[in-house]
Amino acid sequence: MSRRLRQFLSPLIDENPITLQILGICSALAVTTSMTTALTMSAALTAVLMASSGIISALRRHMPKQIRLILQITIIASLVIVTDLILQAYAFEISKRLSIFVSLVVTNCLVLGRAEAFAMHNPPGPSILDGLGNGLGYSLILLIVGFVRELLGRGTLFGFEVLASVDTGGWFQPLGVMLLAPSAFFILGLLIWAIRAWRPAQVEENEYPLSARVEG
Amino acid sequence: MAEPNPIAWWRRLLALPNESRGKMLAMAFLVAAVSSLTVSIAAVVLQPQIDANKAAERQAKLDAMIADLPGLADILAETGADTLETIIVDLTTGLVAEAAFEAFDFAAIAADPETSTELSDDQDIAGIIRRPNYAEIHVLKAGRQVELVILPIYAAGYQSTIRAFLALRGDLNTVAGLVVTEQGETPGLGANIATPAWQALWPGKKLADDDGTLKLAVVRGQGTTEYEVDGITGATRTSTAVGDMIAFWMGPNGYAKVFEALRTGAL
Repeated sequence: MSRRLRQFLSPLIDENPITLQILGICSALAVTTSMTTALTMSAALTAVLMASSGIISALRRHMPKQIRLILQITIIASLVIVTDLILQAYAFEISKRLSIFVSLVVTNCLVLGRAEAFAMHNPPGPSILDGLGNGLGYSLILLIVGFVRELLGRGTLFGFEVLASVDTGGWFQPLGVMLLAPSAFFILGLLIWAIRAWRPAQVEENEYPLSARVEG
Repeated sequence: MAEPNPIAWWRRLLALPNESRGKMLAMAFLVAAVSSLTVSIAAVVLQPQIDANKAAERQAKLDAMIADLPGLADILAETGADTLETIIVDLTTGLVAEAAFEAFDFAAIAADPETSTELSDDQDIAGIIRRPNYAEIHVLKAGRQVELVILPIYAAGYQSTIRAFLALRGDLNTVAGLVVTEQGETPGLGANIATPAWQALWPGKKLADDDGTLKLAVVRGQGTTEYEVDGITGATRTSTAVGDMIAFWMGPNGYAKVFEALRTGAL
């Protein structure tokens, strides 16, 4: 496998920003109550991440060290505002349901993290690819969590009925807890468990082992 | 001395060491300028579309409110009318506006000094600075009798302008419903004024007591009388702003003249 391809594919599972690096959790909890919002948020984040990685990487040789963070944030914030405005203009209903979470992409550790860790040290081409890979990795987890929450919480997918719920005379009793934030933690926890069982390399060393017996 | 050449000047800037003061200032300035230009262009280009979306939403919410008002369907069936009468009123006289409007834009009228009145500090309890002289209201009559009035109102909230429609019963004192159509208050706290659960607290409340003193207010905690609406915990300033909004628009600088005209049958 070529280096480029590996670099692009690794953030999907092996170095997934959410399940391995545990970044961007806030929005992953908030927007995954339905597939529609999860998909919109994923697209918005991926677009912002690719654009910011490209621009920051193009400017990387001319960014004075002392003010690099503020320059990065300025660039990311402008991209986020433009994205938010586009959503408000062309996807008004969804943008209202996403409320402040699109604007909060500015403070998403994932975007700034990729800018600092990758785009500042690599040319624009690989940086955009890295942004795309990480954006898709984030999207993948969001969509999985959104799928489970919407299916079990409402019995629908993208708003279309899949499991006939008792409200409309069917057999499926929706699990209300799936629409609350804690359920996203449960699903993320199970996902991380599953991935680490499958890829033991991701398991971190236990820094604070429990001792068998407390002295004294 | 060579002519000042922008390209050479640009090259010299790029060649400066990154840590030099000039380069730092130049980079900070350039990034800020390009970013603000991009955001401004996007805002200007997309604003008409966003405004259209908001107007459509406002209309949809008004329609939904009319559909939800209890008893409205019966009144409509009795009178044989199928819609509300829409009137543009002059707030200074309380009568039908004499000026003609092509497309009625409440916000534009409030911003234009020609069609609005400046409020003094003690008049301006809703924090709106200028009061529009005209408003588009909806009236439902059974014969000569007013059954329902729907009034657009707005006020400065905690961090946004709150826009709403207030529906009053024929006595012009009983609230038939309140629907918040636009707000940008704190999500999860102040933004709850837009939820059906909070708006359901309003129908049945009274504006003023028998002496005509305006008493309706949003209070902290639980409201106990028919003049009190429960405030939202953790959103005191948003709750107060909604109360002030009612107090202003139902008061002498708001719709008082219109109420008078409705009572005497002049409208």
